[in-house]
Amino acid sequence: MSVGDSRQIIREQVLAAFDRKMKLHITGGGSKQFYGRASYGEPLDMRNHSGIVTYDPKELVLTVRSGTTLKEIESTLASEGQLLPFEPPHFGEHATIGGAIATGLSGPRRPYSMSARDCMLGCQLLNGKGEYLHFGGQVMKNVAGYDVSRLVTGSMGTLGVLLQFSLKVLPAPGSMITLVQEHSVEQALNTMHRIKGSPLPVDATCYHEGRLYIRLSGSAGAVESAKSQMGGQVVDDGDRFWQQLREHELDFFKTEKPLWRLSVKPSTPALELEGEQLIDWGGAQRWLISELPEQEIRTATADAGGHAILFRGGDRTGNVFHPLPSSLMTIHERLKNTFDPGAIFNPGAMYASL
Amino acid sequence: MSTSQNTIKRALCSFLPRDAVLSSKEELHPYECDGLSAYRRLPLLVVLPETIEQVQRILTTCHEMKVPVVARGAGTGLSGGALPVEDGILLSLAKFNQILDVDTDSCTATVQPGVRNLAISEAVKKHGLYYAPDPSSQIACSIGGNVAENAGGVHCLKYGLTVHNILKLKVITIDGELLTIGSDALDAPGYDLLALMTGSEGMLGVIVEITVKLLPLPERAQVILAAFDNVEKAGDAVGTIIANGIIPAGLEMMDNPAIRAAESFAHAGYPTDAEAILLCEIDGTNEEVSEQIMQVRQLLKNAGATEVRTAKDEKERQLFWKGRKSAFPAVGRISPDYYCMDGTIPRRKLAHVLKRISELSQEYGLSVANVFHAGDGNLHPLILYDANIPGELEKTEELGGKILELCVEVGGTITGEHGVGVEKINQMCVQFQTDELRQFHLVKECFDPLGLLNPGKAVPTLHRCAEFGAMHVHKGELAFPELERF
Repeated sequence: MSVGDSRQIIREQVLAAFDRKMKLHITGGGSKQFYGRASYGEPLDMRNHSGIVTYDPKELVLTVRSGTTLKEIESTLASEGQLLPFEPPHFGEHATIGGAIATGLSGPRRPYSMSARDCMLGCQLLNGKGEYLHFGGQVMKNVAGYDVSRLVTGSMGTLGVLLQFSLKVLPAPGSMITLVQEHSVEQALNTMHRIKGSPLPVDATCYHEGRLYIRLSGSAGAVESAKSQMGGQVVDDGDRFWQQLREHELDFFKTEKPLWRLSVKPSTPALELEGEQLIDWGGAQRWLISELPEQEIRTATADAGGHAILFRGGDRTGNVFHPLPSSLMTIHERLKNTFDPGAIFNPGAMYASL
Repeated sequence: MSTSQNTIKRALCSFLPRDAVLSSKEELHPYECDGLSAYRRLPLLVVLPETIEQVQRILTTCHEMKVPVVARGAGTGLSGGALPVEDGILLSLAKFNQILDVDTDSCTATVQPGVRNLAISEAVKKHGLYYAPDPSSQIACSIGGNVAENAGGVHCLKYGLTVHNILKLKVITIDGELLTIGSDALDAPGYDLLALMTGSEGMLGVIVEITVKLLPLPERAQVILAAFDNVEKAGDAVGTIIANGIIPAGLEMMDNPAIRAAESFAHAGYPTDAEAILLCEIDGTNEEVSEQIMQVRQLLKNAGATEVRTAKDEKERQLFWKGRKSAFPAVGRISPDYYCMDGTIPRRKLAHVLKRISELSQEYGLSVANVFHAGDGNLHPLILYDANIPGELEKTEELGGKILELCVEVGGTITGEHGVGVEKINQMCVQFQTDELRQFHLVKECFDPLGLLNPGKAVPTLHRCAEFGAMHVHKGELAFPELERF
């Protein structure tokens, strides 16, 4: 067995937990511990199950163990001029790919490129009975069997221990610049919608306090032409802005109050909710800092065709994720039970009953 | 009319209009098969509901009476996913043919499952938008079927499969419950049931409404045709283009038998003496296309192309594609029958796989033409045969099975975009282990504990695999050794 492959040890821990009816709390770099509902259990440390298994830039596929850090992955890809299309937030130096996939979080590029689950081609996991299971594969197109690899993406580690992934990667754009334009919120949303419906080489948009940031990316000629077409000032250190947005390091995010992530229909007008807001993802993602009652926020978001997540702060023992209708919750509970019949993994991290 | 058919018919006619229930042999015949016409079966009844409430009542009734249900869209599927079962009803979604809403700000369209794939793009063209997945059958296939099969097309490398291009589904479970899966936003709370439902081949629920993503029409598209005197060189050229940071909108390859068939059918100007041709389409902004076309031309020449031709105008671009898109019917003209396979392989294995296919083709005495979505490794070998020769279909199926097993052996999959259906059910035993298949069955039970939706498709029983394994001992290892044999 190659260095970094700790499957055996992990499997023994899972089998022991199953036998002794113990709970396991799966951890990687610990960078996203703030996220999700409060969970408990013996720590199951994934950091030693790490390393890039195969990477052939020509195939656009990276196969990697879950404990590998995002930093290592991104620098390996960058050396071949490629990147993870979903631009995952790290939220800490030691963030691992396992955590990125388990939380299913994607960065600013997401509406114009791919999400974490979109990039998922195949995964290997250990279910609650300690069985190794492989789903999907290392190829772009694969419709054999149910799409369990994408089902477990964003499942907060409640369905199994994610061991290894094959992910689609893409070439990094040849050229990138960031423009900033002064707008009212209505004008900014209109501009975002116009961009989405036109073939402009844009791969990120964000609006906050009267300023609309637009990232142009593509071939040098395409970026230059779009720049003169769209107007606005070029931001000197544009990359830094998007990195700070992705990592929640902008001043907006520096707060002790609850931070909500509102995922809404992109065409939703400005949401009239008390608190501070930042609009991302071409209007599809609204960050809200607010102490409003949970229900008020959830109702407004559901009316906008979406859902609300208490992203950071607030009460981590209540509903962090948007409550599901009972018919869907029943299916979730059944699925959880088939993958993890002993209810070992990350109890309550997503919903109290999962 | 048998008793059971009568009883079920009476139950369904109590709430469905008379003409929505078909029961005579003449009426049932058009539904006996889908695009995989080698398999035919008559259902007990065909029902053609028009409303969501009717579908709910049909499913509730079938659930109570324990009658199997097979859903069907346009019936163009190539794996027998919509093949009826004899003791069940066939549920046609053909009357669900309306585009319900187009939201140009969010770039989405909400449609009923019976809407044709191409009809969506046609309807939103005036807004400068289109729906990206484009299976070759897009003129006829329905969007509901596309979701059920997770259909692909020639533009998947850049724009993804169906699963990447839908946001929300309304699905009815076998007990008649209407579920909304996904949302109008870019994600939804809970497990990703949208992905689970996509490509589930009608095994988990019946799709009655779909919200798809729309993309802006590219400013410009341009296509290059490159000829090679050797298949391996053509395969390497694909990898070189991608390694140079270019993601073509389409990247298709054809081997010599496919080139000759397509050329004599479509007169696309293909070089018939080439061992392989590549069609590489670049789309995007004007500047991007101009830059990348020059780059790709040079890369192809460096890769040893004997000829590199850029379509001189839109007419020639369409003609280049016409040849590729008519490859299947073209092969149909040179052979009484053909059988289309659908494996995916890591691209670096292409030369090896084509060599093995050619050896197998000689071994079985059946010709094979290869059409390849080269960008994403999805290979469509077309096996030429004559169904009127006794035993030839069986021989063809056996050769097809061998090709799929070869795809698995090199790290690929038995189906890239056509689905498992009834056709590749045995090869599922090669691709997956016992524990994985068992997990699939458990997933199915979460939605349909009685196994009434599309029984016998997509996921083989463990017994079936044991029987299949007994016939196919691989490298001296018996598959599924832990299972009892008959």
